[in-house]
Amino acid sequence: MSGNIWVIAEQRESELKKVTYELIGEGRRLADEVGSKLEVVLLGKNITHLAESIGFYGADKVFVADHEALEKYTTDGYAKVITNLIKAQQPAIVLFAATTMGRDFAPRVAARVGAGLSVDCIELKLDENKSLLCKRPVYAGKALVWEAILTRPQMASLRPNVFRPARRDESHKAEVEKVPVEFAPGEIRTTVKEIIKGATGKVGLTEASIVVSGGRGLKGPENFYLVENLAEVLGAAVGASRAVVDAGWKEHAYQVGQTGKVVTPNLYIACGISGAIQHLAGMGSSKYIVAINKDPDANIFNVCNYGIVGDVFEILPILTEEFKKLLAES
Amino acid sequence: MNIIVCIKQVPDTTTKVRVGKDGKHIDPGGVKFIVNTYDDFAVEEAIRLKERFGGEVTVISMGPERVKEALRMCLAMGADKAIQLWDPAFEDSDPYTTALILSKAIQQLPYDIIFCGKQAIDRDTMSVPVYLAELLGLPQATLVVKLEVDPNARKFIAYRDIEGAKEVIEGLLPAVISTQWKLNEPRYPTLPNIMKAKKKELKELNAAALGLDSAQVGEKGSRVKVLSMELPPPRSKGKILKGDPREVCRELVRLLREEAKVI
Ligand SMILES: Cc1cc2nc3c(=O)[nH]c(=O)nc-3n(C[C@H](O)[C@H](O)[C@H](O)COP(=O)(O)OP(=O)(O)OC[C@H]3O[C@@H](n4cnc5c(N)ncnc54)[C@H](O)[C@@H]3O)c2cc1C
Ligand SMILES: Nc1ncnc2c1ncn2[C@@H]1O[C@H](COP(=O)(O)O)[C@@H](O)[C@H]1O
Repeated sequence: MSGNIWVIAEQRESELKKVTYELIGEGRRLADEVGSKLEVVLLGKNITHLAESIGFYGADKVFVADHEALEKYTTDGYAKVITNLIKAQQPAIVLFAATTMGRDFAPRVAARVGAGLSVDCIELKLDENKSLLCKRPVYAGKALVWEAILTRPQMASLRPNVFRPARRDESHKAEVEKVPVEFAPGEIRTTVKEIIKGATGKVGLTEASIVVSGGRGLKGPENFYLVENLAEVLGAAVGASRAVVDAGWKEHAYQVGQTGKVVTPNLYIACGISGAIQHLAGMGSSKYIVAINKDPDANIFNVCNYGIVGDVFEILPILTEEFKKLLAES
Repeated sequence: MNIIVCIKQVPDTTTKVRVGKDGKHIDPGGVKFIVNTYDDFAVEEAIRLKERFGGEVTVISMGPERVKEALRMCLAMGADKAIQLWDPAFEDSDPYTTALILSKAIQQLPYDIIFCGKQAIDRDTMSVPVYLAELLGLPQATLVVKLEVDPNARKFIAYRDIEGAKEVIEGLLPAVISTQWKLNEPRYPTLPNIMKAKKKELKELNAAALGLDSAQVGEKGSRVKVLSMELPPPRSKGKILKGDPREVCRELVRLLREEAKVI
């Protein structure tokens, strides 16, 4: 058993996702604590060049599986390559991203190697036996549990935007090892026919460090530009309450809440949103919450760090302008 | 088509969570239980497929006595048969052992497609459907917002909700499909259908009937164990700004930059 700490990198279209740096940061911390190596597994097509940069962020070694069949993510493709590599190398701990991708294949890998997997974790620690303990939200964040992982290797997927990303240091270099990849015909049982890009902002809602959301207080879809303009100035993603989605102003992909996306940005700005329990379930763990609502008794004011009691039609244009001024200065 | 739907009974979304006496589970006092929100879409999609192509819908739930009520709701929506999987040995099953129990029941049935919700809104793991697909040796499509099924070609096309995009994948049946919000509009059970559902078959199976040893399931068989549960620290009441719009906006921008340091 190599006993090393592993990170499964996430890339799409040959671009490393921000969460990968967060995984490397946390993986490095664990590796230093147990005194083992940090190794990263990278899968895709024409992605070998990314290995060097992964080294700059603190990996000791990068396993690269660069293959035609891995160009687009498939459950079977990723699960096979990673399972075989784990069986051959026997890492102690494997970290995945708790993204739609990581959550789609990590349980397959865990089942195949007999590992325990804790998902969507927000904090990790090692006990006195260097065994991994994971903290994760349950009941949409209304409670938190600490979980022990009883079988080896120990696996965890980490919620994006929670862990501190690794810092770049160009003097740090990783060894690169190519992983042979081979698939029998039909072994990958699903084919990706198309990826239709949506429009929740240039950054994905769950990855964004700032989210600006609109609720029924906006009165109609024709006013949603007020939210979008503010988001644009801040480089933020746009979200919505379920009332907005049910009314058909925005697609479900925008919905924040218990039955929508769970977001944990540094800053969440709720505009004309009342703060129903199901909405709070989706954004209550944001670092800072700002609420703009004309009703001083709105529940959202009970959870916000800063609140403005006012009319969104009046406040949003001024706020957008003030942010623009500030960001132009700095 | 033989269609199977796995459903879980969970606390209602408005539940105020309190930690129970054992410090590991929620306090069940006063909790209202419902069919997991995402599983409604799974049941609805299954019934629609049956209405279109014929066949039978079987709903399965692993859980104690109270889950019968959830299964009856699904029968009232239009499912044909229900199976409750329960044994004291199943208590505290992790997602892997939950899927193992479900897989043993499903292996005793004919099936062309298996539906799950994308996520149970209590444990929030999104893992059971994937483990289930693996244990049954089937392909999967998770987070599905639109589904096309061709029973003759035994093919499916699934639109998946991924970060900032929809991914369209194609595969062969049988497969495990996990359903996301907006896949369809789940129907409400009507009163006559609720009455009719009482006469539909609801079978119970325990560990022995599933060929499972108590060491394989429940807390004993689990690979992940909950050590403790806590409530998140309460958010302290924030600063509320009132007054001249220009003034309050300037003040907010200043606070976000100087105090919160997030801009
Ligand atoms: C099973 C279930 C699941 C659910 N899941 C979700 C979920 O995932 N996400 C979610 O968001 N909801 C969810 N809900 C719905 C939730 O209960 C609320 O109904 C919803 O969040 C309300 O949306 P809202 O705040 O936009 O609308 P409202 O509650 O109508 O609030 C509008 C707010 O805007 C304010 N306002 C009005 N005009 C102005 C103005 N001119 N300027 C400033 N403020 C103004 C009002 O004071 C009010 O507070 C769920 C409900 C159920 C039953
Ligand atoms: N105890 C259970 N009985 C039947 N189905 C379940 C059970 N637990 C989970 N599932 C199914 O798996 C889905 C995802 O659950 P989870 O992985 O727990 O988030 C649910 O929406 C159900 O369809």
